[in-house]
Amino acid sequence: MSDQILTPLAALGDHSPRIEKIGSLTIEENPDLAITSIAVRHRRDKDLQTFLMPALGGELPSPGRSVFTSDVSTIWTGVGQWFLIASYAAHPDFAREIKSLIKDTASVTEQTDGWVVFDIIGNNLIPLMERLCNLNGKAMMAGDTTRCLIEHLGCLIICRESFRKFTILGPRSSAASLYHSLVKVAHNVA
Amino acid sequence: MSQKSRLDGGLIDRSRPLSFSFDGKNYTGYAGDTLASALLANDVRLMGRSFKYHRPRGVFSAGSEEPNALVELRSSARREPNTRATVAELFDGLEASSQNRFPSLRFDALAFNDAFSSFLSAGFYYKTFMWPAAFWEKLYEPAIRRAAGLGRLYGKEDPDNYDKGFLHCDLLIIGSGPSGLATALTAGRAGAEVILAEEDFIFGGRLLAERNLLSEQDGSEWAATVISELQSLANVRLLSRTTVFGQYDHGIFGAVERVSDHLPEPISHKPRQVLWRIYAKRALLTAGATERPIAFENNDRPGIMLAGAMRAYANRWAATASQDIAIFTNNDDGHRTARDLSAQGVNIVALVDCRIDAPPSTEFEVLSGAQVVNSRGRLGLKSIQVQLRDGSMKELACGALGLAGGWNPNVHLTCHKRGRPIWNDKISAFVPATDTDPLLRAAGAAAGILSTHGALLSGAGKAIEALKELDISARTPILPKAEDAPVNIAPFWYVKGGKGRAWLDLQNDVTVKDIKLAHQEGFKSVEHVKRYTTLGMATDQGKTANIGALAVLAEMEGKTIPDVGTTIFRPPYTPVSIGAFAGGSRGKEFRPYRLTPSHKWAEEQGAVFVEAGNWLRAQWFPIEGESHWRQSVDREVIAVRKSVGICDVTTLGKIDVQGADAAEFLNHIYCNGFAKLPVGKTRYGLMLREDGFAMDDGTAARLAEDHFIVTTTTANAVPVFRHMEFCRQCLWPGLDVQLISTTEAWAQFAVAGPNARDLLQKIVDPTHDISNEGFPYMACGEITICGCLRARLFRISFSGELAYEIAVPTRYGDALIRRLMEAGKEFDVVPYGTEALGVLRIEKGHSAGNELNGQSTAAMLGMGRMVSQKKDSIGRVLTGRPHLLREDDYRLVGLKPVNAGDPILSGAHLMNVGEIANAANDQGWVTSAAYSPHIGASIALAFLKKGDQRLGEVIRIVSPIDNLEIEGEVTSPHFIDPEGERLRV
Repeated sequence: MSDQILTPLAALGDHSPRIEKIGSLTIEENPDLAITSIAVRHRRDKDLQTFLMPALGGELPSPGRSVFTSDVSTIWTGVGQWFLIASYAAHPDFAREIKSLIKDTASVTEQTDGWVVFDIIGNNLIPLMERLCNLNGKAMMAGDTTRCLIEHLGCLIICRESFRKFTILGPRSSAASLYHSLVKVAHNVA
Repeated sequence: MSQKSRLDGGLIDRSRPLSFSFDGKNYTGYAGDTLASALLANDVRLMGRSFKYHRPRGVFSAGSEEPNALVELRSSARREPNTRATVAELFDGLEASSQNRFPSLRFDALAFNDAFSSFLSAGFYYKTFMWPAAFWEKLYEPAIRRAAGLGRLYGKEDPDNYDKGFLHCDLLIIGSGPSGLATALTAGRAGAEVILAEEDFIFGGRLLAERNLLSEQDGSEWAATVISELQSLANVRLLSRTTVFGQYDHGIFGAVERVSDHLPEPISHKPRQVLWRIYAKRALLTAGATERPIAFENNDRPGIMLAGAMRAYANRWAATASQDIAIFTNNDDGHRTARDLSAQGVNIVALVDCRIDAPPSTEFEVLSGAQVVNSRGRLGLKSIQVQLRDGSMKELACGALGLAGGWNPNVHLTCHKRGRPIWNDKISAFVPATDTDPLLRAAGAAAGILSTHGALLSGAGKAIEALKELDISARTPILPKAEDAPVNIAPFWYVKGGKGRAWLDLQNDVTVKDIKLAHQEGFKSVEHVKRYTTLGMATDQGKTANIGALAVLAEMEGKTIPDVGTTIFRPPYTPVSIGAFAGGSRGKEFRPYRLTPSHKWAEEQGAVFVEAGNWLRAQWFPIEGESHWRQSVDREVIAVRKSVGICDVTTLGKIDVQGADAAEFLNHIYCNGFAKLPVGKTRYGLMLREDGFAMDDGTAARLAEDHFIVTTTTANAVPVFRHMEFCRQCLWPGLDVQLISTTEAWAQFAVAGPNARDLLQKIVDPTHDISNEGFPYMACGEITICGCLRARLFRISFSGELAYEIAVPTRYGDALIRRLMEAGKEFDVVPYGTEALGVLRIEKGHSAGNELNGQSTAAMLGMGRMVSQKKDSIGRVLTGRPHLLREDDYRLVGLKPVNAGDPILSGAHLMNVGEIANAANDQGWVTSAAYSPHIGASIALAFLKKGDQRLGEVIRIVSPIDNLEIEGEVTSPHFIDPEGERLRV
């Protein structure tokens, strides 16, 4: 039977994303991201680059880096592995789209709901970053991306704009714990 | 109360008086005071009692090396014991009280220990209280603990927050005295990323305590000027109230910032302290030096203190321990103290210098070649006895005595990575060994350079040297002119000949005699002496005691001090509160939680949760009228067997395995075959470790030729993924296979019971055939549900019933459980938790973590034949070890009580009937047990020797700690549907 569309929940368990303003800081849950992992197949690196070049407008990013275009963000996540991120609303079945685009040059895995995504915005996020993880936030330029622990949780930290905007991808099942840490630290440094 | 001993000048803010109390009595101090300086200004010399003998003690130092003035700060849950009054910044309303005394500081009944001191000598607790043995635990130890010890914890949870953080820099500078400031100025102007950490609340270190000018400025003014410039540099970070307490590997330093200790309570949301982990490319130790005393008989009375501390109290805090002070020195620095005090209007009764060639003074009497041999004054110094150069004795009335025995560079951090200091004869002290640590250098007094001029120059020079290694070019700044006095010292450690006790370690009540006794009793290594006498232990770690003890030991051994050597210094340099180490990881936030997609819904149902790793899983779902968990669990189990139940199994690990060689990869990973698994099928798989023991089990579903979904147990999700990555990257890099975890990405529910299919058919889109023929047992596939929502369906069963696992993107998990429960009403669907899940799998005879405990083989699990000999797989070879193949090994069996009402407990051991229950006769153990509503009795899974050959045998189930002994019948582990018919309908 085909009776109803199920209603999704954001990672923090609400129907709408959580937004928290603390001083000049904003912590914003971002559920509108479709995340797909691509892992290059053996000896298909060039083919993968060729297929993706038009969409990315350039090559896949090198280790520790991300590339942002208006439609797709690409993040290096491991040797021969990247996350492609696009708007979930615009790309509800993003993994399938990517698979059809790159064919068998890479293994494609849906990762959208594996993660909770927080965008953190403020005039100076360095004091916050210093309390969160052992990255040198001051040295991070737009596009710098690193996997790092925050309160025991393996997270991806993406610098969108030096000092002012970071995106943190954390494990979705621990969204509440991660959010608690972010808010607590934000209060500490606000 | 007036501040009777307050002097003129100082760096205190007299426009900001502060009220505080000590032992319930109110006093007034000023902003800029420490508790110790304010008490001294208020003529309070008695501040504590000693650890062992409860001797009256006063403040001894002006810094973190303080052994005596330990107090409890604040009250109720914020009470903090063992706080050094010398570093406790005064604030309005500060409550402080003395500790380790009863009933009061002035009259301490426990001081009777002092009368029995001859029985309490070094190592007394190793020699006494030996008989009768039973008295130790019940009488001796409690009595000793009551009499000894330091402060008391309040016992309630600390209400304040603590945090931690991470900092990065090119150059970490530890200490902000003249060398630290010169370093910071040099490196800051060069553009290096600099962190300057200072444990005090004002930057400047020793400059704040001295009267010498730097060019035309006071030292404190020059320090303020430099700090002002450093504050303007974006590349310099200034951390006051921050102690760098340890050096660790790879340029990592530990530091604690006392953010709110100087406030009555932290500002809302702000932490009390922050523990920093500092990643420094280079570091400079500019932590200065600590003055050392000279030991003599009764040298521990309140009022006897380090001379340099007296100078600091007078110059910086405008406070003095007395208006009549004597100084006992072996070096020129004692003269400087006397001059400074005299300049502040303090009467210098005499300067006793053990050197015959002591420099003369026109300001005060210098007794050269003399020694202080004793003192008087019960609760505070009243007089000292001086033996003059000609041997005659002289009694001098004074309220305080300054001891100046030379200065020890604070080398501690240079030793944290096993560096050993070297002896410097010129200053009679240990200094850091040079060139042993490429990351941490020392400058200024910490390096044994004791003049201000030398400290400034060495700070700048070492900064340039360190930055050069980082390819940062720096120049020496124009430094002020400063005193450059040479060190004139005659090593002199203790006065010989007294009959009484001369104290070396004030905090631990260790005397010269104790060290000698320890040596006589055979403790010759400095490390042994430390442990036998407790020298250098507790909060001050012997900062003012160790060197004196080494000198005594050297004398006993007939060696030099460097030949005796030092004990090793370890972090932390000063005490760090447990709260700072814990940071935010306490209580509910001790570790992160993982919530299942149905958590919110389960909470609404009143589910009882259990922690499974970090996951919170629903354990059972009580309904109205159920008052015991067994009622709920039995009901859930029965409902599944009878109709249908739903369980959130998202927590099981899910690993996405793709690639042209994915099948071959899994064929190597699992001991059973996977190469020929058809697309659209799922297979149970057993994973072995290299040593042949079972690692984990689960299923692998083949969604496409080059695409598998592997499931793992909840507990082993990460270890299995790590193992597979190791195999992929290191063992078989030639295979084209890619792995990624998708555990979190999919909400997965088990739908189990005879009506499972009927229920699912109500939500699965009709384009998908899930009939028994169209979607048989162990089928898998990608489907859509509820109007084109992407989903995955696996026909697998853990319960032994017709069952499926259905997965949807996690964000739809909550909606799916609600939809399934709604659609299942007509089948009386129930949610079931982990308890019912456990009962169901025990009834079916499925292994879980209790059976896969790292010591079980495939053969033990009854799966020996699953280990394929036609292919290579992890663990195959070592599975063939004779020991693992012996026939009398354990085998998985089922157990039923002979008397149906008897309970079986997990962990109980199995014994043959008629044999004594002991380890020698042990036949095995119960791995899992549950009450089975299906059987109507307790049932269990167990490992039993030769179990597969003993079906029907009666065996004893014994658990002495539970006072349990029953008889049980050995059965097949499959209590329900052993033929597996229910799975396939």
